[in-house]
Amino acid sequence: MARPIADIEEEIVDEFSLFDEWLEKYEYIIEMGQNLPGLPETDKTTDYIVHGCQSQVWLHADKKEGEVVFRADSDAIITKGLIAMLIRVLSGQSPQEILDAKLGFIDRIGMREHLSPTRSNGLNAMIKQMKNYALAYSMKHAN
Amino acid sequence: MPHPTTHGLPSTFDLEKIRQDFPALHQTVHGKPLVYFDNAATSQKPVQVIERLNHYYRAENSNIHRGVHFLSQQATDEYEAARHLVRDFIHAAHEYEVIFTRGTTESINLVASSFGRKYIQSGDEIIISTLEHHSNIVPWQLLCEQTGAILKIIPINEAGELEMEAYKNLLSERTKLVSVVYVSNALGTVNPVKEIIRLAHERNIPVMLDGAQAVPHMKVDVQALDVDFFAFSGHKMFSPTGIGVLYGKEKWLNEMPPYMGGGDMIKVVRFEKTEYDDLPHKFEAGTPDISGGIGLGAGIAYMNAIGIENIAAWEHELLAYGTEVLSRIEGLRIIGTAKEKASVISFQIGNIHPYDAGTILDQLGIAVRTGHHCTQPLMHRLGIPGTIRASFAFYNTKEEIDRLAEGIARVKRMF
Repeated sequence: MARPIADIEEEIVDEFSLFDEWLEKYEYIIEMGQNLPGLPETDKTTDYIVHGCQSQVWLHADKKEGEVVFRADSDAIITKGLIAMLIRVLSGQSPQEILDAKLGFIDRIGMREHLSPTRSNGLNAMIKQMKNYALAYSMKHAN
Repeated sequence: MPHPTTHGLPSTFDLEKIRQDFPALHQTVHGKPLVYFDNAATSQKPVQVIERLNHYYRAENSNIHRGVHFLSQQATDEYEAARHLVRDFIHAAHEYEVIFTRGTTESINLVASSFGRKYIQSGDEIIISTLEHHSNIVPWQLLCEQTGAILKIIPINEAGELEMEAYKNLLSERTKLVSVVYVSNALGTVNPVKEIIRLAHERNIPVMLDGAQAVPHMKVDVQALDVDFFAFSGHKMFSPTGIGVLYGKEKWLNEMPPYMGGGDMIKVVRFEKTEYDDLPHKFEAGTPDISGGIGLGAGIAYMNAIGIENIAAWEHELLAYGTEVLSRIEGLRIIGTAKEKASVISFQIGNIHPYDAGTILDQLGIAVRTGHHCTQPLMHRLGIPGTIRASFAFYNTKEEIDRLAEGIARVKRMF
């Protein structure tokens, strides 16, 4: 069972507060991207592409024991780092918790205002796709 | 900031003074002084153009061509004076061969639509090249879908130059039009357009040029080129967005049907039949971008004052310096190494995704463009997802190129 979403968000906000400069924050995002296990080439198919990103993003979601487990990859490292953060917060949570998540940490670390509009749109597209998977799994659960 | 280096230039070219004319250059981005290297996307505007727009709306705003009153006549005179400036700028034979449009894209669509309706039939062929921007591909694809015509593509070599032998072989009795880019926005290649036109004209085939990336950087003479259609945008040449030009030879424009219908393009309207106005108004339906046209005139006047030869000379110096500095960076690969280039350096840094590199450069205050640059078929041909593109204008400095090189070094350390 994953820790509560709010706790993980708080943890990320704390980590980012250690950096004064945005370049350092980007270095940290890059590090998270590099540490996120990628997807095997066979999983990087068009069916799993998240549309709306300027770089390519593939997202998989599986349900294990009532929890949604996300796996994802991107050809751009900063993008991969952003996904890594979302996975850290949302992967392993129940569909309902994922649907309810406000993800306030994104604004609190000042990321939204620092991302270019295209990247910000891409981030929104990723969140939407993750929530869509959660919605699909919650409906299956209800049935 | 130290005095910019401009050795080897005529004393009339005062870079520091020129930079003072561009307010947008003097700002910080993410806490760093802006380095603006996205000029191929759009250029910054000098205060002379900004003030001209301001003055128009404060003192001259009025609709043109139909008014009896003073302001309308004055606005008409100013708008038509801008047309005169455009005519001189590209050395057109007649003012009425200068059609104001919204930009290069609309100019190409106009020709595809009007020329297409008049002259293109099923089985006819239109030649474009691998280097084209989407706006010189998609209008022709639409025309081909409508008419059953066929699009033929001039291939390129590894340097990003057109294969001229292949071009010669593509020309045939079926060819009805050649439409190619003068200067590639993605690679900077300057195409041998004079030769392209000469070869097409040997077979009486008209040629259209996408001149969007040529006019900001070099002297264009449509009569010397003998080009049939020439399209460009104001916003890439220090003028407002939303205004552009289609030059067309009188003989074609007279034969072609109107592109859009509406006000300002008619002589007499009856429900039975409408008589169209003469050139250039036949192709200028509706209230035009009056302030944009006048602003374009101001932009041209500004470029004339600096001198297109001075602009070309300084940009050549920047391109040579930039190529030298960037070539020294380990792992950096310049994409597009044509012998003739203008103001663009496209590159990749090792395996770093262009989008990642662009994001970090942005954090360092350096504005570049990353991605496919609206030339997806070209990127596909080169086998790459995209590039990082630095594109220069005459207000850029060698010191800014040094900043870019430092930025690239920082990017390399981070990934």
